[in-house]
Amino acid sequence: MLLNEMLFLGAVLFCIGVYGVLARRNGVLVLMSIELILNAVNINLIAFGAFHDTVMGQIFALFVITVAAAEVGIGLAIVLLLYRNRRSIDLDQVDLMKG
Amino acid sequence: MIAEHVAFGIIAAVMVASALRVVTTRDIMHAALYLVIVLAGVAALFLLVGAEFTGITQVLIYIGAVIVLFLFGIMLTRSDFDQDTEPDHKRKFPAVLTALLLLAVMIGALVDRFEGIKLDANLPDGLTPQTTAQVSDELFSQYIVPFEAVSVLLLAALIGAIVIARREEGG
Repeated sequence: MLLNEMLFLGAVLFCIGVYGVLARRNGVLVLMSIELILNAVNINLIAFGAFHDTVMGQIFALFVITVAAAEVGIGLAIVLLLYRNRRSIDLDQVDLMKG
Repeated sequence: MIAEHVAFGIIAAVMVASALRVVTTRDIMHAALYLVIVLAGVAALFLLVGAEFTGITQVLIYIGAVIVLFLFGIMLTRSDFDQDTEPDHKRKFPAVLTALLLLAVMIGALVDRFEGIKLDANLPDGLTPQTTAQVSDELFSQYIVPFEAVSVLLLAALIGAIVIARREEGG
């Protein structure tokens, strides 16, 4: 298996995630797209870890997974609060601080 | 060798197709379920290259916990808006453009640097699984400080999420 196959897959997933963050208006969907991005990064970490025959790739991936879990917890709490205050999770309507 | 290639091809194709559905589907519940396929594909990929512990952790944390959290989030915030979560048309084109440009830059850089390098080029006897014992040895010796920091971060996030999502008294 080529190293590049893994890295290409990571790049494609990353870009799909970036599209999701930019184009979607639903708060929960934006969080899901961020998960896609983080997973793309994890694929790269694991690929390079295997390539250099070190467990460091796995360890960094574990840290990323942990931080992603914390991020989802906080993010969904914020979305929930948004819904409670505005009855909508449309991110376009969150413009209170717009100048 | 061939089997590895075929497995990778199937997993990668399924993952990319599902990821595209996650960001384009109208029904947010379907998006969450497609996300499960992508995350399972990532876990399968980890197992394929011998990262056993991370692969299992991926299944436990992502498919077990994060997706359930997402489903709760979706169900608690259901509204009329869900019926129309189509990407905003005036933003669709710039978003596609940005993603494609980013992809072109990354693919270009990767082809330039890593063209034709085999994944097991540094390994004399091919891809060998990195065992959980090796991971724990490294994690609890060299990376013990970041490990503890991450535990504190998780605790802080937990308390933060409760404080943010809690209903105000009498409210």
